Amino acid sequence: MSTLLNISQIDMVFPTPKGDFTALKNVDLKINKGEFISLIGHSGCGKSTVLNIVAGLYRATKGGVILKQKEVTQPGPERAVVFQNHSLLPWLSAYGNVELAARQVFGKTKSKSEIKDWVEHNLKLVHMDHAMNKRPDEISGGMKQRVGIARALAMEPEILLMDEPFGALDALTRAHMQDSLMEIQNELNNTVIMITHDVDEAVLLSDRIVMMTNGPAATIGEILDINLERPRDRVALANDPEYNRLRSKVLKFLYEKQRKVEPITSKTTKAAESKPDTAQQAV
Amino acid sequence: MTTLLMKNKQVVFSLFLTVRTMVVTSVRRTLMPVVGALVFLLIWSSVAPNIDTSLGKFPGPSAVIQQFGVLYQAHLSEADKEEAFFLRQQQRNEQRVAQDPTYVPKVRAYTGKDTFPQQIVTSLVTVMSGFTLAVIIAIPLGIAIGLSKPLSMAVNPIIQLFKPVSPLAWLPLVTMVVSALYVTPDPMVPKAFLNSMITVTLCCLWPMVINTAIGVASINSDLVNVSRVLQLPALKHVQKIVLPASIPMIFTGMRLSLGVAWMVLIAAEMLAQNPGLGKFVWDEYQNGSSDSLSRIMASVIVIGLIGFLLDRAMLLLQRVFSWDKSSEIR
Repeated sequence: MSTLLNISQIDMVFPTPKGDFTALKNVDLKINKGEFISLIGHSGCGKSTVLNIVAGLYRATKGGVILKQKEVTQPGPERAVVFQNHSLLPWLSAYGNVELAARQVFGKTKSKSEIKDWVEHNLKLVHMDHAMNKRPDEISGGMKQRVGIARALAMEPEILLMDEPFGALDALTRAHMQDSLMEIQNELNNTVIMITHDVDEAVLLSDRIVMMTNGPAATIGEILDINLERPRDRVALANDPEYNRLRSKVLKFLYEKQRKVEPITSKTTKAAESKPDTAQQAV
Repeated sequence: MTTLLMKNKQVVFSLFLTVRTMVVTSVRRTLMPVVGALVFLLIWSSVAPNIDTSLGKFPGPSAVIQQFGVLYQAHLSEADKEEAFFLRQQQRNEQRVAQDPTYVPKVRAYTGKDTFPQQIVTSLVTVMSGFTLAVIIAIPLGIAIGLSKPLSMAVNPIIQLFKPVSPLAWLPLVTMVVSALYVTPDPMVPKAFLNSMITVTLCCLWPMVINTAIGVASINSDLVNVSRVLQLPALKHVQKIVLPASIPMIFTGMRLSLGVAWMVLIAAEMLAQNPGLGKFVWDEYQNGSSDSLSRIMASVIVIGLIGFLLDRAMLLLQRVFSWDKSSEIR
């Protein structure tokens, strides 16, 4: 297998009024074509920063990202992003949102009717073809995220970047979305980097789980290969010893090796809140 | 069978209750404004006769209503006069051409006094042209300021300085500049019209620029990131993302501007002597006949009504253009 994306020795330093803040230190990762990578770590450890650097929305202070032998210097549709809060344009229908992306990427190479078929094909892939003409405020959170995924897929990206795509959804909807994503992966075999807080989600979906240490100066702590057979079924896996071994490895990393002790008074109460949440799902 | 009947009765009764509440709320909704208007008229007509001015008693509602009739009749008779004038002119020209075939007939415009409805039209044309000019300048400028931090920092002090200035302070300057620069023997539009129009434009500019810039600058950064990932070119970025996202704020600015513009226009017309509602009020005041006060009061009501209708029209326009149907009913 060939390396598609090379995240090479990245440092990220943010200037703050109190002096420089080193968010990332020497993050180094090679990703093969067709691999599904999960980035997991406590809140504030810089997972999103890594994703944003790969997307080209941030420039790394040191080091760089190489996609297919070319350095990433700016955002582009070959590195499509699925945003946490869907980020659909509220004035366009589901179809319109996907069409905007499809027209921008394939406007010169595909005819009008080909683009229409392509948009409809992608909406069908995420099971949203029944609500193509609905606007974002007329559909549920899960459906919005489906359209967001369809928009990203319509760019036919080299690599799909997902920033906690199901973080804002309720547990049942999230499970549905995970199943849909596995189904889509089965068909397209995209290269994916997904950020998640959810240990089960990471084990269920990934080929490799990249576990990050706590910031500041966060870096990759451990990488865990997930060699569970595909297609994976969440019910069958619940009693699978290998699945449970992998899961407990991630849990150990997060709650023993990288245990995050946060004073209650600290500003990052959000991080403190999300911790028991993740623990609960894991139990 | 009896249970069925009972159930029917219950259904009928609950239907009766809902119908009754609907009737009560709709009656209340139509009745209360009428009650408000009646109370206002009562206070007005009881207070008015007690105010003595040098032009007689302050007009009550009936005198104002009567003046509406008089003004309308004046408009009709003026229209008749105008028709008669053109008929006479045509006859005279035909006669002269009959006597002397080389004569080139002259057609002169009618120079009669503007009637009340004509002055309303003039005022509306003035305010709409000033407003349109302001839209053409302010919205592109606002978008540019909203998109570019450096430009915003450069322009902000100037905007903050001129925003609180009453447009009427500009009027003398505008008048002088217009009469210095606008020198043609046969002007397309009268200078007084230009003066009032530019004054309206000046006062419309600031709320629109500021609201547009704020709307553009406060676009959700995720939407901007979507545009960056798609590598939308600058013009397409403005067209597909920036404009739709800031439409609600742009319209807020436009509505504010139009409201202010209509208020300023009346004052500007008084000072610039542009034939409009402001001039009508001023002329009536100078005229000082016993009907003057009721005529001014009539035009006050018309001014208010038109201001209200302009605001409603903007709201309607906003509903047509805006994707966000929930937020603008204020």
